[in-house]
Amino acid sequence: MASISATPHIRAKTSTTGIMGAVILALMPATVGGVINFGPKALLLICISIASAVFFEWGFEKIAQKRSSIKDLSAVLTGLLLALNLPVSVPWWMPVIGSFVAIVVIKMLFGGLGQNFMNPALGARCFLVISFSKLMTDFSYRPGWGAADAVSGATPLMSVKNGEAFDLESMFIGNEAGTIGETSALLLIIGGMFLMIAGIITWHLTFSYLISFVIFILIFSGHGFDMSYIGAQLYGGGLMLGAFFMATDYVTRPISRKGQLIYGIFLGVMTGIFRLFGPGAEGVSYAIVIGNLIVPLIDKISVPKHFGYRKEAA
Amino acid sequence: MENKEKTSVWKPFINGLINENPTFVLMLGMCPTLAVTTSAINGLGMGLTTTVVLTMSNIIISALRKIIPDKVRIPAFIVIIASFVTIVGQFLEAYLPSLNSALGMFIPLIVVNCIILGRAEAFASKNGIIASMMDGLGMGFGFTAALTLIGAVREILGNFSVFGISFKSQLESIGMVPISIFIMAPGAFFVLAGINAIMSVIRDRQIKKNGESKIKAGCDTDCLSCGNNDCIHKFYDEKGGRR
Repeated sequence: MASISATPHIRAKTSTTGIMGAVILALMPATVGGVINFGPKALLLICISIASAVFFEWGFEKIAQKRSSIKDLSAVLTGLLLALNLPVSVPWWMPVIGSFVAIVVIKMLFGGLGQNFMNPALGARCFLVISFSKLMTDFSYRPGWGAADAVSGATPLMSVKNGEAFDLESMFIGNEAGTIGETSALLLIIGGMFLMIAGIITWHLTFSYLISFVIFILIFSGHGFDMSYIGAQLYGGGLMLGAFFMATDYVTRPISRKGQLIYGIFLGVMTGIFRLFGPGAEGVSYAIVIGNLIVPLIDKISVPKHFGYRKEAA
Repeated sequence: MENKEKTSVWKPFINGLINENPTFVLMLGMCPTLAVTTSAINGLGMGLTTTVVLTMSNIIISALRKIIPDKVRIPAFIVIIASFVTIVGQFLEAYLPSLNSALGMFIPLIVVNCIILGRAEAFASKNGIIASMMDGLGMGFGFTAALTLIGAVREILGNFSVFGISFKSQLESIGMVPISIFIMAPGAFFVLAGINAIMSVIRDRQIKKNGESKIKAGCDTDCLSCGNNDCIHKFYDEKGGRR
């Protein structure tokens, strides 16, 4: 805030709280869908995750004697995104450790909101996957609220990778194993469309991500133009959640639209590489975390031209 | 350039152990610090091995400091250090094969450990034999303490054990799971940064209380305008190598 240019300034009514609130609102369909899909344990995990994220932000700012920033809802959003990235079978302390890593290590130690080099929720998810790989990949699926038996099994994306049968329709709707928030492509697309219509995010990043991913899959998967395979790759795993809500995080994406197009293509290719050639079935979170690290470089090469600026003839 | 002022023989020792701890203050020897500290015993072994090489090479380099020509001093230092590393390596291979296989490639790599070359250059080549020996011991034990501490923290958090004594089954029976990232590469950075932060807090408190702290801040300023008396780059400045 030290170097505000001279007037006139564009006045806008957008505020951090407003943007964060809109993103949280857009995540609500997927959150509710996840709770219906996975039962009360999912709701409990989401509540613990949000509460601990807000608590750590409050506590850090108290100890560091900084102005409290919990009212801007960014900690709530981080907690919510983190919970949506956890499988429902994890123990209750998992979101607490995740929130600590996300808020204290990744966000506050680097200077708080706007200074973090990496998406806090995704960074924390990667931390948890590496630390507790067994617990974090236990995708037991409890259908509905009443059923007591957990159906333990592979995620649909794993079945796709192993060449087993998969049900494209249930992958689209979301009645399947996976993390709490990633299963339903439909509800995530509804939320993402809301964000685009509300003007919070633009199409550039999300669509260049998805399109470059599809092109990569078409060329390298060896399945050719198989619509159900491409659909399964698109709806399966965390791709929709990542493309609409994670990659578009204001802090860790390139500023200009040209930069966002480049960033999206990078993410699409990285996700394709992880999914097709990596040992696991999923690669969205690693792709976005690696992408976060090259965002400053993309920003450097994608500075927009000034209006009326012409390159002088050599 | 001889140090004229009379000081206690213990001064270089304490200096290396705490005030200028090679790992937490000088930030030297980061490769073995990050790579071998997966357990406390590995850190202790690596630290003691380095201490032996550091002390012996400091003594020999200090004794030969007036004979070694200035222009070929680096090759001469390397030859001396490499001889001791070879001796220590073969000793470990014969008597401590398990530690030797755990440390692996990092034993021969002690030759290029920047603590040893740094102390040879900054201290042993311009101080007497006794002072150089104490400096080597102090720096070595400081390095050993740092590595053992990092290794212990990583082992406790990442494997629920310390010095090979495991309390994993007891803790797992009450539902705790080790955070295995701490015995992987990222964990080394987390623990190193955490301990460094604690050192900074202690230093800041001392400065607030006494106006100064005995714990140095390493090279926290631009080296060309560095005010630290004992800083390695100061040596180049005095020799007129850099300005």
